Amino acid sequence: MFKFIAKRILEAIPTLLVLITISFFLMRFAPGNPFSTERPLPPEVMENINAKYGLDKSVFEQYTTYLTNVLQGDFGPSFKYKDFTVNELVASALPVSAKVGAAAFVFTLIMGVGVGTIAALKQNTWIDYTIMSTAMIGVVMPSFVLAPALIYVFSIYLGWFPAGGWLDGSFQYMFLPVIGMSLLYVATFARITRGSMIETLNSNFIRTARAKGLSYTYIVLKHALKPAMLPVVSYMGPAFVGIITGSVVIETIFGLPGIGKLFVNAAFNRDYSLVMGVTILIGFLFIIFNTVVDILLAAIDPKIRY
Amino acid sequence: MERLKNKITQAVLLSVGLTLASTSFSTFAADVPAGTQLAKVQELVRGNGAEVASLDPHKTEGVPESHVIRDLLEGLVNQDSEGNTIPGVATSWETTDNKLFTFHLRKDAKWSNGDPVTAEDFVYSFKRVVDPVTASPYAWYLEMTNMVNAKEIIEGTADKETLGIKAIDPYTLQVTLTTAVPYFVKMMGHTTVKPVHKASIEKFGDKWTKPENFVGNGAFTVANWVVNERIELVPNNYYWDNAHTVLTKVTFLPIENQVAEMNRFLSGEIDITYELPNEHYKRLAKDHAESVSIPGNLCSYYYGFNNAKAPFNDVRVRKALSYAIDRNVITKFLLGQGQKPAYFLTPEIVAGFHPQMPAYGKLTQKQRVQEAKDLLSEAGFNKQNPLKFTLLYNTSENHKKIAAAIQSMWKKSLGVDVQLENQEWKTYLDTRRQGDFDVTRAGWCGDYNEASSFLSLMQSNNSSNDPKYNSAEYDQIMNKALLSTNDQERNALYAEAEVVLAKDMPIAPIYQYVKARLVNPHVGGFPTNNAEDKIFSKDLYIKQ
Repeated sequence: MFKFIAKRILEAIPTLLVLITISFFLMRFAPGNPFSTERPLPPEVMENINAKYGLDKSVFEQYTTYLTNVLQGDFGPSFKYKDFTVNELVASALPVSAKVGAAAFVFTLIMGVGVGTIAALKQNTWIDYTIMSTAMIGVVMPSFVLAPALIYVFSIYLGWFPAGGWLDGSFQYMFLPVIGMSLLYVATFARITRGSMIETLNSNFIRTARAKGLSYTYIVLKHALKPAMLPVVSYMGPAFVGIITGSVVIETIFGLPGIGKLFVNAAFNRDYSLVMGVTILIGFLFIIFNTVVDILLAAIDPKIRY
Repeated sequence: MERLKNKITQAVLLSVGLTLASTSFSTFAADVPAGTQLAKVQELVRGNGAEVASLDPHKTEGVPESHVIRDLLEGLVNQDSEGNTIPGVATSWETTDNKLFTFHLRKDAKWSNGDPVTAEDFVYSFKRVVDPVTASPYAWYLEMTNMVNAKEIIEGTADKETLGIKAIDPYTLQVTLTTAVPYFVKMMGHTTVKPVHKASIEKFGDKWTKPENFVGNGAFTVANWVVNERIELVPNNYYWDNAHTVLTKVTFLPIENQVAEMNRFLSGEIDITYELPNEHYKRLAKDHAESVSIPGNLCSYYYGFNNAKAPFNDVRVRKALSYAIDRNVITKFLLGQGQKPAYFLTPEIVAGFHPQMPAYGKLTQKQRVQEAKDLLSEAGFNKQNPLKFTLLYNTSENHKKIAAAIQSMWKKSLGVDVQLENQEWKTYLDTRRQGDFDVTRAGWCGDYNEASSFLSLMQSNNSSNDPKYNSAEYDQIMNKALLSTNDQERNALYAEAEVVLAKDMPIAPIYQYVKARLVNPHVGGFPTNNAEDKIFSKDLYIKQ
């Protein structure tokens, strides 16, 4: 187990290095630069700015300097938000995204697995049909359509929740973004759970358990749920990735001061250091999360070994 | 009964007290009209477009930054709701030759830590702007004022101490210019020339703008700043006119998405928006007429031709394309918020600017198209040899709609094949600067309310002259205008410059902007007639 984790961490290092390298050079070769403005800066001013941010050196030298600084935990000053460093910006944005993302993820799992199981148990009844057709709507509705619809109904028409903002991150500011972010995955998880559950319930070992005269509830919870969760756990990885990348849309629509919004603005502003910082952070999170999913899978499925 | 009586007495006393409070208030709050019932909670929320790049006035260049900084720092002069220049830290000023200006500063102006605001603060701040070490993106603004040595200091050939500004005594500031600039005082209302607190900058460096470090001299000071979420301002108790500040809190929300901003306005979370989505304008104007505010704006929308590149180096081609644009269709049907067709680079709202309508402006669209056809065939383009080029614009729904409309106007009336190319902002700026375009969308907003803020763009040595217009005649008129100290003469020369532009058509003016936004009717004191959109939160209040 520890050997497995250690191996995954070691594997992560070259992955991150490749990620840093590709993003670094892609960013530098993108047209436009952080300081292009409608009114061009005098060359003398430009020189000073370039010197300040190390842009007067060769791209390779910039790259090695950047790597050295990153190893020391210094992601540099933001090119656009001149009053902040990348570390400060990420430190203030990450908790927001983490809170919304975690809430959305937990909500997704509970709701998705819950309604998926119910649909499977009530297979081909009106309950099943209702759940599955609702889930179908959830699957096909993109968040940039769903989120404004939620705002229109719950904020403007009913006035129950604010139409955006974060303030203190209390429940009322979290509710709509969390729903907007998770509905698609609730629907997907419900469909996966239902399919997997029906398949498991039809398998031989469940038939044996029923033949032994065990109660149905006991069979579902004790015997069927665990194997039925395999595809669900496998899908947790992509869902987590989707929730993080989806935060870009949701955070922009709801005006949340999170990582997604920071990332979008950074790219538009050619804020080199901020783009890099956020890319590394997201890459790092992906690796961690995929490792967690692999460990979970191994724990559930006796066929998988470290 | 006794209790009821008591309650009535209480109520009467309370209402008398309230009336007394509000009357005494309005007697010294000059801006709140007598009889206005003020709301109990005086907290204002303003939408502010993009997140501010900085709160340091010498490191910013954008409109969102200016909106916040205007509340945090006070320059020599302010503007009233009509856009007139009024005293700020300077109570009066004089000049005899428009080259040497003496400003008299108020003695009660204080920084938010209690320090007095002195002439030395302005000397320090102005030198900081031109100091190449500061790398201010708006350093050129001081160069434009023609302040002695500003240009040389920016270019690194003179020491910043040689800048033409000095403190005669703590409350007298003297500025020397190389040439007469009659509108110099007007230019002192800009964000770039706001003072900063020297001791704080020396102590905290780049971190001086953080709420815990911030020291300003404006009506408000920073209480809280969450990047991409909000900036909260509270009154600066040391501000010389703090007694007249009615609001107890001003919150700026960075919301770039216009629809998201509109939604938050409609759900009552925002009092003043930054802008409004064009596609919702008609509905808003119908359902929320009381909230829609559309004053004129000091901005122009135009297409620039690449004058250095064939076939756009041929004036006939440029003219043909310009004439064939039906500006009325664009302003009336595509935009429809009160934008005006433009036949000049300078918007007509600019103070003192009275241009003569060029000949093509007086024709009907049908006549213009006929002339355009003739010009184009003279230039050698016809059915067998159609004109083909690419129109560049920066990604935006609005620009796309206009580009598509003009593309079809050109196709229909002149048989010209135009390809549309949109590029995201920074890429577009680079492409434009490198001259790698045929025709490009462009816009400009004046930095001060004077025609030169626009017309200087087309001078051959101007760094923003991306159309690469190069006319000795134009340069000569502009140089003469910029030296003229007589307002009337200067404006006549500006009008003459526009005549040259209409003759050479280096750009095709399209429309004059308006500033459309939503303002909750309970906001009082909102300036509906300030062309530069200078809103001072200190002048605002919330009605009941």
